[in-house]
Amino acid sequence: MALLEVENLKVRFPSESGMVEVVKGVSFSLGQERLGIVGESGSGKSMTGRALLGLIPKPGVVTADRMQFDGIDLTRLNERAFRRLRGARLSMILQDPKFSLNPVMTIGEQIGEALAFHGRMSAREQKQRVLKMLEAVRITDPERVYRLYPHEVSGGMGQRVMIAMMAVLEPDLMIADEPTSALDVSVRGQVLEILDDLVQRTGMGLIMISHDLNMVARWCDRILVMFNGRVVETCAAGKLGEATHPYTRGLLASLPRLDETRQTLPVLDRQSLGGL
Amino acid sequence: MIRIDKLNVHYGSAHVVRDVSLDIATGESFALVGESGSGKSTVLKALAGQIRDWSGTVDLGDVRLSPGKHPRELIRRVQMVFQDPYGSLHPRRTVDDHLDEPLQIHGLGDRDQRILSMLDAVGLARKFRFRLPHQLSGGQRQRVAIARALMLEPDILLLDEPTSALDVSVQAEILNLLKGLRAERGLTFLLVTHDLPVVSFLCDRLAVLKAGQIQEIAGVEQLRHRNLGSAYGRELVAAAEGVAAEQA
Repeated sequence: MALLEVENLKVRFPSESGMVEVVKGVSFSLGQERLGIVGESGSGKSMTGRALLGLIPKPGVVTADRMQFDGIDLTRLNERAFRRLRGARLSMILQDPKFSLNPVMTIGEQIGEALAFHGRMSAREQKQRVLKMLEAVRITDPERVYRLYPHEVSGGMGQRVMIAMMAVLEPDLMIADEPTSALDVSVRGQVLEILDDLVQRTGMGLIMISHDLNMVARWCDRILVMFNGRVVETCAAGKLGEATHPYTRGLLASLPRLDETRQTLPVLDRQSLGGL
Repeated sequence: MIRIDKLNVHYGSAHVVRDVSLDIATGESFALVGESGSGKSTVLKALAGQIRDWSGTVDLGDVRLSPGKHPRELIRRVQMVFQDPYGSLHPRRTVDDHLDEPLQIHGLGDRDQRILSMLDAVGLARKFRFRLPHQLSGGQRQRVAIARALMLEPDILLLDEPTSALDVSVQAEILNLLKGLRAERGLTFLLVTHDLPVVSFLCDRLAVLKAGQIQEIAGVEQLRHRNLGSAYGRELVAAAEGVAAEQA
């Protein structure tokens, strides 16, 4: 059975001119795999991820014919029940550690907070778990980092701390929304490797949301391409080059390459795509 | 056109640019690459007169820069485009205001005509002339920022990550625009970026910076063939290709 099944997911927000649909009926299923969701700003990719975690703020409205996570019907879950699920079984890594970590709590306390909320263990046990987790995300001196505040670590280390926080309870599904966009190119690979390592070791499912086609192609098994609130194409990551949808092809073509020699880059013909 | 000899910049006790020397020809497109904190943007800021304390020799064309002084004459010749099209335009001024202001300050005539032809040059429909920034998309805003920079007909355009806040399809449009404008107007570009493929498309040469120091200066062909000389340069190329950089 699939870990996650989504059918006809819609997200709407009220506006002055009626309801605006930002996710227009998305369906997919996920096993223990790495699924990439790519698209440009406004494609609805982040809203899809947030809807899965019950994180669409009011007055947004989420509906789905089916949204099931490991046998649990997410469409019927209230906030209280969602909170028990989030962190423990479903978790999310956000783009920028600078804005997503609590600036007035030490790193050790923040990671421990999730453990304290979801389980009962002694303070000593808790600290041991946190230190082990910091080690797992390749922080070489966990005892020292445990006591630091978020502003005292670099962006790359901050992101590893966030991964540690999200993974410490060994969730079944992790959603990573642009996990590396705020990081320098030289540390991106490292962060992605750590995520990948967690997937391999713990067998959790991963949904990676990004605008970066190449990154997703490299680190995922399967890719959904979103445009204008819809999934326009699904393909195996290794076969992104064989994508057929004009939007996907257009995106790939418009990307400059390291060995670029073209005089002009082809641009998307939005007019012809507009009706999709 | 741009000649920098032993540029040094200190922020307090931090030495952020160390003995940077560059010689950029008229009409050349030159890139400064490196990761955050490498000092690449600081070099640009010194040329734009945004920082006052630096030492070294900087010649822009036949004008010698001195720290803390930025003559009006220089402003006309050197203009800058910033990364964030959302932050760099005044939210309550129209496109027309943005393009008109430099003309007013520098007392240039024929303003109406200049604005219209600039809108055409950057590919913005004339109907956008009296719109406010929030009524424009990210790509359109960046076109306004480029238009504003070109209003005074500068020789040199300083570009600080001009496309990294944009979607890839919009990035392609802006890169094409910049390339076209440079050819048309014989502009000299100094571009700061961390995106090596953008350098391959837009530039002739690049300097790799790390911790304020130039590691190497290479031709774009070397980059295209993944043939950079410095260890750090090769690390950046590896990272650009998605391979985890080896830890030194």
